[in-house]
Amino acid sequence: MKLKTILMGAVVGLAAAPAFAERGSDGHVNIIYWQAPSTMNPYLSGGTKDIEAASLTLEPLARYDQDGAMVPYLAESVPTVENGGVTEDLTQITWVIKEGLLWSDGSPVTANDVVFTYEYCTAEGGGCAQGAKFVGIESVTAADDRTVVVKFEYPMPNPYQPFVGHESPIIQAAQFANCLGANAPTCTDANFMPVGTGPFVVTDFRVNDVIQFVANANYRDPAKPAFATATLKGGGDAMAAGRAVMETGEFDYAWNLQLAPDVIEELAAGGKGEPISGFGTLVERIEINLTNPSPDLPEGERSTVAHPHPYLSDPAVREAMSIAIDRDLLVEVGYGQAGRATCNLVPAPALYASDNTACLTQDLDRAKALLDAGGYVDTNGDGVRETPDGQPMTILYQTSTNAVRQDFQALIKEWWEEIGLSVELRNIDASVYFGGDPGSPDTFQRFYADVEMYANNFPGTDPQAYLSAYKCDQIPSPDTQWQGENINRVCDPAYDAMITELGQTGELEARGALARAMNDYLTKDSNIIIPLVDRGRVSAKSNTLGGVVLNTWDSELWNAADWFRSE
Amino acid sequence: MTDATLVKTPSQAREIWDQFRQHRGAMIGLGFLIFITLFVIVGPYLWDLDPTKSDIRNKNMRPFYIGMLFGEKWGWNHPLGSDNLGRDVLANLMYGGRISLAVGWTAMLLSLIIGTLVGVLAGYFKRLDGPLMRFTDLVLSLPLLPLLLVMMLLFRDALRAAFGPELGIFLLIVTGIGITSWMNTARIVRGDVLTIKEREYVLAARSIGAPSRRIITRHLLPNVLSPIMVSATLGLATAIITESALSFLGLGFPSDFPTWGKLLFDSVDRMESFPERVIWPGLAISLTVLAVNYIGDGLRDALDPRIRGR
Repeated sequence: MKLKTILMGAVVGLAAAPAFAERGSDGHVNIIYWQAPSTMNPYLSGGTKDIEAASLTLEPLARYDQDGAMVPYLAESVPTVENGGVTEDLTQITWVIKEGLLWSDGSPVTANDVVFTYEYCTAEGGGCAQGAKFVGIESVTAADDRTVVVKFEYPMPNPYQPFVGHESPIIQAAQFANCLGANAPTCTDANFMPVGTGPFVVTDFRVNDVIQFVANANYRDPAKPAFATATLKGGGDAMAAGRAVMETGEFDYAWNLQLAPDVIEELAAGGKGEPISGFGTLVERIEINLTNPSPDLPEGERSTVAHPHPYLSDPAVREAMSIAIDRDLLVEVGYGQAGRATCNLVPAPALYASDNTACLTQDLDRAKALLDAGGYVDTNGDGVRETPDGQPMTILYQTSTNAVRQDFQALIKEWWEEIGLSVELRNIDASVYFGGDPGSPDTFQRFYADVEMYANNFPGTDPQAYLSAYKCDQIPSPDTQWQGENINRVCDPAYDAMITELGQTGELEARGALARAMNDYLTKDSNIIIPLVDRGRVSAKSNTLGGVVLNTWDSELWNAADWFRSE
Repeated sequence: MTDATLVKTPSQAREIWDQFRQHRGAMIGLGFLIFITLFVIVGPYLWDLDPTKSDIRNKNMRPFYIGMLFGEKWGWNHPLGSDNLGRDVLANLMYGGRISLAVGWTAMLLSLIIGTLVGVLAGYFKRLDGPLMRFTDLVLSLPLLPLLLVMMLLFRDALRAAFGPELGIFLLIVTGIGITSWMNTARIVRGDVLTIKEREYVLAARSIGAPSRRIITRHLLPNVLSPIMVSATLGLATAIITESALSFLGLGFPSDFPTWGKLLFDSVDRMESFPERVIWPGLAISLTVLAVNYIGDGLRDALDPRIRGR
């Protein structure tokens, strides 16, 4: 079988291609991952490198596109409440597989393969790496050859966990039948060379080194993929990978270049390729403490809701602080290609992202006017404003120790001092700051400062859990051992009500509207959170590689079938 | 610095100075120390740019010599260049030097005083020897960083409230370094005192009824001065370096408070493209330490009557 596939790939590759769209007409593509894949079975590895390599071969029922929207892959369409695919009570979802789908070995893809995938990951003694995707499932059954019904134990507002995204693709029942449970790691052939539905088929797998592919002769689109063969090379470091694509041109695509912006710029000057960036949900932000962190307060009452902050509890002061910041300059200094200014806590996916851009223009005059109007003026002539009851507006601004964050601190301090606040900086070792030790006064949850800066994001595409962090009962305090994600100590019954509503809403548009309203509540309307930079991911592609769309919601190789060679 | 203790006649001071002048390294060291001290104290009055003020349009400027030789972006508004936020490197060197030198000298003097006191007392009074030296062993076994971490947690807010963020942290760091670096001095001094106090002239002084205080100040201290000098010079270097390490870990001064050590650490990331940002503060630290070492060397020779005049 394998020989046949190779021969077919070679034949297809040799056939001179007059037309643009023909399978195998564009020769060979080289991909470099500076972390080397060690398996092609995503159910046996949590590593991004393995899951992404596998995505060339194995596909899910639906995956996310570059905007975080769902696109059907093996399924005919994405089931929703509106089209009847999801029941009204949100406990059942019905998927229908595309007609005439074939595995790379020529056998048809059936609903049984999907059911088997579920059984494979939930088998006793298996230790499936993607178990979280299958939580809360009561049963997965095949209604007919092409119809799969997933029943949940309780209502799921987001039923798109199993079989969606590159982390839970469909595997072939015939190939993995004897690999259930404890036998899973022993099926070396199946794990290294899975039969799939994706654009490429593995011909040679060297653990932690190189994987060779040929085009899948049974791929559902007869014109794709454009490349007859592919090589995925693993290992090295981000710097070497970037150099191989942009300076020497040995490779066509390099994954996830975690490098400083000026370093990437230098590599790009090589001229053989270009950096491309994609944005997810990671937002660098300033969190404002609504409670008083003064050391004069007794321990146990400091930074708790018992004492509201003397002036940061005033929305006008927070707004002034937000519009005093020049976010574009911060991006230029700290992230370059890998960042963009944002005013949103939830910057993506498009469905959940608010159109809030008011904070993007720095306006020092309006900031000063806001403070003047609130009665915050400099009464004793020391250059620092005082609150109406005479307390100087001195801000303690903390963050973790990190070169970019200290640059941000220096710039923001300057702007805030320009509008008449006095700013004291503090940086804390990251392992302490993010360590969560309830005994340490320096953790970000404890928040013994007026404002603090860090970045956070949410996994996947659904922001419900992320937005639930700002509920009243999530406030860190001595009673909760300073655990909790409501860092700002914001508490509003109206917000809590919106969260409850979100948990009961299944319709995507309505969910989006609610999430946008909550995002605006926290950012635009109250400035309790001051978002600064939406941090993205940078990869590199060769100038001659076309069709690449960087995707941060799914595998970076999600649309490898559409890649082609351009001159 | 400590000549006051032994200067009795002008001729003796003269003699020591003459001997000191013979030591070329020490003279160069002294010259450099005076220069660097003037540079950090008087410099900011002549070059009055704010070291923390960013100037984004003029970021990443090169020093004048690189600009002139290789035609890269430079200007007299930032003669030694500017960093990635456009902060002036020269102004940062001056202000950073003020803090680094102040921390270095104060911490060194503090550890010197504690170390000498403990060493002399332990060496001279037999009853105190055991307890004091065991105490020294105890402090010696304390790890510096965790200790400073605990000190920071316990006293930072109190000191900040009492003295403000800068002076509060300064006192904390100086005390921290001072009380964790005196042990070697104490051990060396004790050893020397033990041998010297058995000498005939000490016996003679005691036999004519000289009190312990007088014997210590007149006979013991001047004779243990050379080991003290040596550990003082080493202490100054350690203090400057420890301060840098602390700033780096976020335990030291706030990030907008330049010190030589912090300038070094901040610049390491871009060392390849902008080597001057590492070279200048690095040079300042090493030359200062070297200068103090040479001065110590010269002083030891000058103060030793057996070497003097040879």
